[in-house]
Amino acid sequence: MIAEYWTFIVIVIAGFLATDIWRWLGVFTGNRLDEDSEALYWVRAVATALVMAVTAKLIVFPNGTLAGSPLWLRLGAAGIGFAVFLATGRRVAVGVAVPMALLVAGLWWVGF
Amino acid sequence: MSPASDDRSAFFWFFTGMRGLLSLPALILLISIVGFSAFALESGLTRAEAVFMSFAIWALPAQVILIGTMASGANIAACFLAVTLSSIRMTPMVASVIPEMRTRRTPIWLLLILSHFIAITSWVFAITTLRNVPREYRAIYFAGFGVTLTLTGTLVVAVFYDIVSAFPPAVAGVLFFLTPVYFNASIWASARQPVVRIAFVMGVVLGPTLALITPKFDVLCAGLGGGTIAYLVDRIRRDRLRAGKGGRR
Repeated sequence: MIAEYWTFIVIVIAGFLATDIWRWLGVFTGNRLDEDSEALYWVRAVATALVMAVTAKLIVFPNGTLAGSPLWLRLGAAGIGFAVFLATGRRVAVGVAVPMALLVAGLWWVGF
Repeated sequence: MSPASDDRSAFFWFFTGMRGLLSLPALILLISIVGFSAFALESGLTRAEAVFMSFAIWALPAQVILIGTMASGANIAACFLAVTLSSIRMTPMVASVIPEMRTRRTPIWLLLILSHFIAITSWVFAITTLRNVPREYRAIYFAGFGVTLTLTGTLVVAVFYDIVSAFPPAVAGVLFFLTPVYFNASIWASARQPVVRIAFVMGVVLGPTLALITPKFDVLCAGLGGGTIAYLVDRIRRDRLRAGKGGRR
């Protein structure tokens, strides 16, 4: 009986609780911060650095199929794409389309 | 304002939030979730378990880590530790959005429920669009987006669970690249304050670097360290600016 539902129990405890306690802590912390407080500047900086660390790791150390592609290709596609995005007025669609096109072209070129 | 028109505005803002589902970020996330369902299937989760996990956790990195530790045969305490370390980032993410989302009258239980729907995509959505919504409707506006996105994402897992394995692997690889590339562009485009742009650069540089040095705590160190350095650099910049203005006077 327990064995049947064990995976669900693991998901609730080691997944839901392990994640949402931090969300709840964020509510209690954020509820005390004023919108223009010095502390919120710091919290914003930490949140942004965290998210970007996760993001950059997805490019440098990807999971799955992309892990077999050359690092220079992924860095080049993301870097050149981001430079084009900055140079052309920072439109998100450009910032997504250019790196994707570069990656697809590069994968095809190296015969991936 | 009469109560009736209040209700109408609340509905209006809820549906405006829901419409965010048709935006680029939501579509990119839903495509990444297609990739997750393939991963769940390959790792031996049943469809019901994958669906339940998606709704209950609603944070792709945590889901991938939990599946990974479960598959490696780790016990529940080890799974909890691995997942909870990856989820500490939720605290500053939620804390940085809450002051913009609430009014003085917003009940805390509502914010606690809404916080479950904050993950990277909805965080970007919140920091980008909340400022365009009248303050008293921001919570309901976010609920319209966040709840709809989570339910749709969960539905995507249910539907695509056994379809994706038929795709060629190169397609999955290319789809994987969408998420980081989208975050790069959207977070930079949404940065109003220089401190966010400095923190952006710190995270990008420190994330992969620290992954080589302290693989278990890399994201945490990059966030706390990089964020604090960004804050200090920005603070010096602001102080100089203020001193410069004072000097000219």
